[in-house]
Amino acid sequence: MMSQLTHLQKLEAESIHILREVVATCEKPVMLYSIGKDSSVLLHLAMKAFYPAKPPFPLLHVDTTWKFREMIAFRDETARMLGIDLIVHINEEGVKAGISPFASGSRVHTDVMKTEGLKQALDKYGFDAAFGGARRDEEKSRAKERVFSLRSSQHRWDPKGQRPEPWRLYNTRKKTGESFRVFPLSNWTEADVWDYIALEEIPVVPLYFAAPRPVVERDGALIMADDERMQLRDGESLQTRMVRFRTLGCYPLTGALESEAANLDEIIHEMRHSRVSERQGRVIDHDGSASMELKKQEGYF
Amino acid sequence: MNAPVFAQSLNGDIAKTHSLLRFLTCGSVDDGKSTLIGRLLYECGAVFDDQLGALDRDSKKFGTQGDNFDFALLVDGLSAEREQGITIDVAYRYFATPKRSFIVADTPGHEQYTRNMATGASTADVAILLVDARKGVLTQTRRHAFIVSMLRVRHVVLAINKMDMVDFDQKIFGKIVRDFEIAARSLDLASVTAIPVSARDGDNVARRSDRASWYCGPTLLEFLESVDASEAPGADAGFLMPVQWVNRPDLDFRGFAGTLASGSVRPGDSLRVLPRGQRSNVARIVTHDGDLNEAVAGQAVTLTLQDEIDVSRGDVLVSEGANLRHGLTFGAHMFWAVEAPLVAGQRFLVKLGAFQTQAQVQALHHAIDVATYAPAPAQSLPMNAVGLVTLALDRPAVFADYARNRDLGGFILIDRLTNETVAIGLVNDAALAKRATPGEPAIPQWRLAQWWLSLERRIGVAGTQERARSMRRLAGEGAGAALVFGLVAWLSGSVLAGVAAAVLDASVRTGARRASARAQRHLDQRRDYNADGGGI
Repeated sequence: MMSQLTHLQKLEAESIHILREVVATCEKPVMLYSIGKDSSVLLHLAMKAFYPAKPPFPLLHVDTTWKFREMIAFRDETARMLGIDLIVHINEEGVKAGISPFASGSRVHTDVMKTEGLKQALDKYGFDAAFGGARRDEEKSRAKERVFSLRSSQHRWDPKGQRPEPWRLYNTRKKTGESFRVFPLSNWTEADVWDYIALEEIPVVPLYFAAPRPVVERDGALIMADDERMQLRDGESLQTRMVRFRTLGCYPLTGALESEAANLDEIIHEMRHSRVSERQGRVIDHDGSASMELKKQEGYF
Repeated sequence: MNAPVFAQSLNGDIAKTHSLLRFLTCGSVDDGKSTLIGRLLYECGAVFDDQLGALDRDSKKFGTQGDNFDFALLVDGLSAEREQGITIDVAYRYFATPKRSFIVADTPGHEQYTRNMATGASTADVAILLVDARKGVLTQTRRHAFIVSMLRVRHVVLAINKMDMVDFDQKIFGKIVRDFEIAARSLDLASVTAIPVSARDGDNVARRSDRASWYCGPTLLEFLESVDASEAPGADAGFLMPVQWVNRPDLDFRGFAGTLASGSVRPGDSLRVLPRGQRSNVARIVTHDGDLNEAVAGQAVTLTLQDEIDVSRGDVLVSEGANLRHGLTFGAHMFWAVEAPLVAGQRFLVKLGAFQTQAQVQALHHAIDVATYAPAPAQSLPMNAVGLVTLALDRPAVFADYARNRDLGGFILIDRLTNETVAIGLVNDAALAKRATPGEPAIPQWRLAQWWLSLERRIGVAGTQERARSMRRLAGEGAGAALVFGLVAWLSGSVLAGVAAAVLDASVRTGARRASARAQRHLDQRRDYNADGGGI
């Protein structure tokens, strides 16, 4: 008698199936690599899906130029170790215009450097399918999105016109200029991701583990001063605290949490007992309940 | 068909390992589906403090529960949904208890969005069908019960909600259960479990209610944690794997990647490649973590074979003796998902497993009335209707009845121009065979009533265009033939010659129309072939 697959084995198989379906049916796929834990899992699954071949697509990192330095080091090391092509795209127009989270605010910075940057990169290389590590449990509008999310030639998402997506049958047809965002981790939760990282011993950026780091308390969040561009306001002072990150984004927009959890077991334990959601530390999510939906309609991942 | 087993108490085995259960909530509009999911998430600690803060703000802005939390707002994620207070698209939610992990599909109740409900049902093990205790079993309840049964979600919880609004009256509960039992008699469900709940207040959701002391069955959560939803493998469930992708990194390696649709496989096993039937043996089961000595249903693996044979995406690897069909036509139940109705003769792309080709809907045998579950003759299939069709493929496919295998029995139809998914289909040769068997009672008592019903329907909005078109055609042909009759009769002075000429005229025209339609179809096919580039 065969054994039943476990919860994680089922999720893994589903994700591998999705990865392969894209490669079998799309012309020029790419994997959006954002360096976080979800990207680490997605990349690991891609290594499995196509073994003994390498994943037959490059990684794309849309660099806002405000990522933590440890993230950039981890990114370059990962691509080198695995021998996978890495494309780094920076919205140079945004850089020239002096866009930054401090000068322009979180909304404009994200729009220009992330959303616009992503569209530029996809258009520049002509990618017709882009994998992302987004999960449906992250946010309410993501909970409504299909695994194969069709985008217009302007990269817009039409939440009311989504195709039925029964079983594991994906309609991969699109017109010239249209593209897919594909989410192989749709059905994973934050807990699944960490359990899988522990089980498969997948490397992640050390910022997830607690360490003494220089932070400043700002608008209720602990912001880490990752480089000299961090400007202190009146009355603010840098303190060294034992902190870690639950999600990783641009350093001025990502709040740290005080924690002693310095290894996988400890962070899994801490996450299971947490009373706040994962994205609570993300400044860009709080512009209003529907703000993620709007960003997605405009082409955000 | 199996009669549903009504179980108000539970004897299921508690799962021994941390397993995954997928379920959906369905039922009519405003029966409280989203509220129930919100309540379940809340009671299971899956709602975080910052989300509760947002819920509190949103409840005051959009909520329908006064100063209390409106749990529906936890799941209705699109702004249009929050503004209108309805669910448009299926939302997936996740929670876990010490016993199980759950994936929940919260599906819309509006008839207009039934296709999104079907999407949610297609992957579910269990359906929670909600009924408003004040309204009882509605047409939409029956429709959803039918789709659930059709997609083979085998276990149904009849959650009779808003029991607080009827003072937890046992008689009302009992009547709804009986009504549903009668309605569901012809459905193929393994079990139906009725539970009286109040999603708003939490009674019998995760906590036992003290307001329904007469009910001694499980709470909803107890049921979900313990139901055994694993599908019993059929006697003929051999190894089946659609080839999804051919892995060919260099000249030395040629592997066939796919997800096992049933059975298991080991190195050395002999197999056949359908549809062409070549034979070989499994050489290796290759994975990133090293070769396996067995792979089982649900696993995504890469196989290599002992012989150099031609295998491509869309082929199916099967164990010797696997009872699978392959060919150019099959019967299928089809759920129609778009506004423009389906008419026999239309051509689409069909995608079944990893196989894709063009196909024509050769015949629409009947539609199925969602209220009575009885077949009714139909000229066309409007949005959200289910019908039995015969599909004729351009290339031979490998398939099985959906009841035997979801991966080789479930398919979608895709519009060749818009690329929309227009139908969700389920191979059902058995239903077609049953229909065609002479001597089989073809439900004669329904026939006349249904003929009237369908006539009535054609007079209604959905059939108007079709009716107008056929009337125009008939009138045009009639007028043409009459003109020929008059001319010939006058010229020849013979009525007989006039009749003969009119008949000739009418048949030549019909023949010509048929020929032109045939030519058009050929043209279409050639155009499709060119546009499609022979596949994806």
